[in-house]
Amino acid sequence: MIAAGLRGIGLILLVAYCLAPLLWQAVTSIKPAAELVSLPPLLPTRLTAAHYAALFTGHPFLRIMLNSAIVAGVTTLLALALGALAAFALATLRVRGRALILAAVLSVSMFPPIAVVSPLFLVVSALGLHDTLTALIVTYTSFSLPLAVWLLTNFFRDLPRELYLAARVDGWSPLQALLRVIVPLAAPALVAAGLLIFIFAWNEFLLALTFTATEASRTVPVAIALFPGLHEIPYGEIAAASLVATLPLAVLAFAFQRRIVEGLTAGAVKG
Amino acid sequence: MARIRLQALEKRFDAQVVLSGVDLAIEEGEFFTFVGPSGCGKSTLLHLIAGIETPSAGAIWFDDARVDRLDPAQRDVAMVFQSYALYPHLSVRDNIAFPLRARRVPAARIRSEVERVAETLGLAALLERKPRQLSGGQRQRVALGRALVRRPKAFLMDEPLSNLDAGLRLEMREELKRLHEQFGVTTVYVTHDQEEAMALSDRIAVVNAGRIEQCGTPQALYEDPATLFVARFVGSPPMNLLDGAALAGAEIFGNVLATATSASAVLGVRPADVTVHSESVAGAVEAEVLVTEPAGSDLWAVGRWRDQKIKGRTASGARVRPHSTAWFSLPLERVYVFDRRSGARLRPGR
Repeated sequence: MIAAGLRGIGLILLVAYCLAPLLWQAVTSIKPAAELVSLPPLLPTRLTAAHYAALFTGHPFLRIMLNSAIVAGVTTLLALALGALAAFALATLRVRGRALILAAVLSVSMFPPIAVVSPLFLVVSALGLHDTLTALIVTYTSFSLPLAVWLLTNFFRDLPRELYLAARVDGWSPLQALLRVIVPLAAPALVAAGLLIFIFAWNEFLLALTFTATEASRTVPVAIALFPGLHEIPYGEIAAASLVATLPLAVLAFAFQRRIVEGLTAGAVKG
Repeated sequence: MARIRLQALEKRFDAQVVLSGVDLAIEEGEFFTFVGPSGCGKSTLLHLIAGIETPSAGAIWFDDARVDRLDPAQRDVAMVFQSYALYPHLSVRDNIAFPLRARRVPAARIRSEVERVAETLGLAALLERKPRQLSGGQRQRVALGRALVRRPKAFLMDEPLSNLDAGLRLEMREELKRLHEQFGVTTVYVTHDQEEAMALSDRIAVVNAGRIEQCGTPQALYEDPATLFVARFVGSPPMNLLDGAALAGAEIFGNVLATATSASAVLGVRPADVTVHSESVAGAVEAEVLVTEPAGSDLWAVGRWRDQKIKGRTASGARVRPHSTAWFSLPLERVYVFDRRSGARLRPGR
């Protein structure tokens, strides 16, 4: 009883600790502007939707959300498609030097983005991709590929190789065997990798700030950072935007929660 | 259907030689078995014929067409895997239809073919189930169905019965034989179980360490083993092997050993050929009985003679008891002599 009670209290503390910033943002987003920078009152005396309304009237926020959705969505699909092909070669087709390739892929992901952002900026500018969604999609995909390749390689390796061989003997080409047998069976891993990549792409700030100039390609994190004007910081609008931007991620994560756990722990225990 | 010919076939994985010098022909419609201990290369042989491995040297022919560089899809063989390798995300119907879909067979024909095969194998009621909802025996049948649905040039079977329990294995063994007689398709079978190989096959090749030791009918392998390995591997209970050196001077082997250097020879005699008597018999050797194993109609007795173990047969109910003395008569015409080092059969008097 006591142990259960302690665990309950522990859980409540943990959840409160994690969610407190979100709660603070939520409260801020519905406070009237006048009460934002004064204490008391701790809680708003009346509720207002003005900050939310301002997002979509004062800023092209819908356009920016759309930008983020396109960048994150296309990045996820590209990284999964390329990652699945690479993982298929590494895990199923017995490519020579597999360990070396995997180590190289991992080492690439260890560069801190700040170290590569200037050269990448030069490349992007030289290719005429400055202030385009393509610039973000291409760089995000390359940054997400190590994760996709590693997760999927490990998952594919745990699938019985005989399934692939059976599909080949049954008359399918290697690529068809991948699409008709391996990919359906690897759905949990694809969902897990896809969500992690989507979240990374949705939240990425540094490259997005560097490669974009206008609302044509600006994404949500950059837009929020650029809210503050010359004379005031619109805390209410920032809070409202943060919440709106978190919503799609929360929905996705809840929808696929079980699949993520399956994907991340696959092969840990013989099933 | 096709005649399959393997020509100087060799397979290496990096420096490791898995198969070498494999030369043989599997006749059209034959039930042919590769038998050998695990790791001897027999599964690799099957993979080479199926086209999921490429040989390092040599050639494979289906009738007059050379196929060793062809993709599995172009070879048109069907394979049953040890693990069955059923597609877990597909229903039984889709599993069986899978090879037909790859060949773009029209949907209506797929349907009728799948149902024909399901009927033959008693799967008709299970077509909409997923593999995980099936018992081991049913999964085995689905794997067979996936092979049968195609009328391929050859069936390849890699230890298809080894995951079944003993009773079911015997049942499926008969079923396989029946299906082979019904369809008459060339079948290449791989097993480590010599009894299974003997029961099923028209001909058997015994594989050891990547080489074919001997190839012949089950009866030929049993009665006329070419090497010590084959003698040891084929037959149950396994052949008695006696150390030539320990027997030097024993009168009864005088003639047999005369042509061989006794110290380097191994003598073999099948337990089924050795008769055990509870009383002294002319020409029999006297031995202390170590163990007896009743086997229903027969009684197997293991005796020690000159520090060598010999197993022999006696009628059940005979007065042969452990720790007593018995007389083992070894028919000299059924004694095989092998060279200890090379394992080759020595044929005295020829």
